[in-house]
Amino acid sequence: MAEITSLREAVAGLVRDGDVVALEGFTHLIPHAAGHELIRQGRRDLTLVRMTPDLVYDQLIGMGCARRLVFAWGGNPGVGSLHRLRDAVERGWPHPLELVEHSHAGLASAYVAGASGLPFGLLDGYHGSDLPAHNPEIRFISCPFTGRRLAAVKAIRPDVAIIHAQRADRRGNVHLWGIVGCQKEVVLAARRSIVTVEEVVDELDAPPNACILPHWVVTAVCPVPGGAHPSYAQGYYDRDNAFYLAWDQIARERERFRAWMERHVLATEDHAGFLRSAGITLPRERVA
Amino acid sequence: MKLAWTREEMMAIAAARLLPDGAVCFVGIGLPGVAANLARRLHAPDLVLVYESGPIGAKPKVLPLSIGDGELARTADTVVPTHEIFRYWLQGGRIDIGFLATAQIDRFGNLNTTVIGDYRSPRVRLPGAGGAPEIAAHARETLVILRHQRRAFVERLDFTTTVGYLDGGDARERLGLRGGGPRWVITDLGLMEPDPATRELVVTAIHPGVARAEIEANTGWPVRFAAEVATTPAPRPEELAALRDLRARTAAAHGRPSGE
Repeated sequence: MAEITSLREAVAGLVRDGDVVALEGFTHLIPHAAGHELIRQGRRDLTLVRMTPDLVYDQLIGMGCARRLVFAWGGNPGVGSLHRLRDAVERGWPHPLELVEHSHAGLASAYVAGASGLPFGLLDGYHGSDLPAHNPEIRFISCPFTGRRLAAVKAIRPDVAIIHAQRADRRGNVHLWGIVGCQKEVVLAARRSIVTVEEVVDELDAPPNACILPHWVVTAVCPVPGGAHPSYAQGYYDRDNAFYLAWDQIARERERFRAWMERHVLATEDHAGFLRSAGITLPRERVA
Repeated sequence: MKLAWTREEMMAIAAARLLPDGAVCFVGIGLPGVAANLARRLHAPDLVLVYESGPIGAKPKVLPLSIGDGELARTADTVVPTHEIFRYWLQGGRIDIGFLATAQIDRFGNLNTTVIGDYRSPRVRLPGAGGAPEIAAHARETLVILRHQRRAFVERLDFTTTVGYLDGGDARERLGLRGGGPRWVITDLGLMEPDPATRELVVTAIHPGVARAEIEANTGWPVRFAAEVATTPAPRPEELAALRDLRARTAAAHGRPSGE
């Protein structure tokens, strides 16, 4: 049964050092505010799972929260490298990072398997790639009907799934739309879940096929307006592309990165404080 | 002679021309987005753009910075979950053209987007596979676009992320991949196509103002040229105008051109 609570309380109560934590959101609805709260509360030794580690994991990795990264594509989309991720992998700063590497299709299948109660996910993939040689969670099996060689990926069952959504109602039913990525799958695959939302409303009044997470599969719902920034929340604000460009410079050098994180994340109380401190205005949504 | 266009523009236009109207194109991150959206403004208004973030039939007015910008979702015919894009639409055999960029390519069209150097202690950690291995496996054909540089066109990949023709001949078929493999490689110097028997990439067209020696110098293996090498038709004014308009509108929206 979802409890409507503050993000600080949700992270304090539900995320432990050493947990397997998946923050999902494919470009859209990335739970950045929750990432900041994990950093504020000094979580350590996390296994971070995510299809596309973007700025949110660059920050967590650079601040020393992660021991292991399960992922498929780690870059600053359209801009270039994630400098903190690269520094950890190439030079072990702030400490070494173990990689468990998939393709998008593989990792998506692993989430679906986790949500489906299956030990592994199945896909016609990874043929001839060097990835399986470096990731023991990718194996090959024979189709029992045709003998065809198919890839099996070990199911992912995170301790905690964290996502951002547009809205929840007062009981904690969550409604998200637009690019929905693997958010539903990761919540259903996880033991506990935190959903930050733009707003809590009286009635969702959603159409029958809307993407809804019923309150009884969500552990905590936390109202955090602007909680996806610099990602976006369709219907609320646009992606802050200028911030993605600026991050390339902020994160390039260790000292500047540390100083920026200390000033705007560690020294602020919450997400509203972060947005004020960093001088961020949420970009108004462009109309198509 | 000073040309009235840049090589970057020639590359995008040459790639756009290869996308037929009505085809279903899975658009990878980076340069493919530029060419695919240019094609939609020119000869292929009904090109169906599929993005791995979930939008199907996206019709963006400006180039997205990422493959999941709101512009893609707002203009799409439908937006589906990520696992569904890969299962039903790609693995299910609905994609005509997989359009990819890469950091490294070898003579058989295999791609590396994972590491430069050793996997466990890389000199350069690249972003990784993303959707590429399965896009290249299942699309009816694959297009690859990248700048023609010696560090990119290598004798031996540091890591095989995505399979083209493996080690040539019928190796791809023996591996059981259902899609046809790389059909074109588009660069800022020319076009390459696989030899029908050996599947080695062969230069079949050279862009105007480019010398053979320049292609040889920028390819890390002894590159072969087709018996008859075409000269790519120069960009037409309407092609250049459409590309520059797209870039200008994108720059106004994002603060700088994107998709690179």
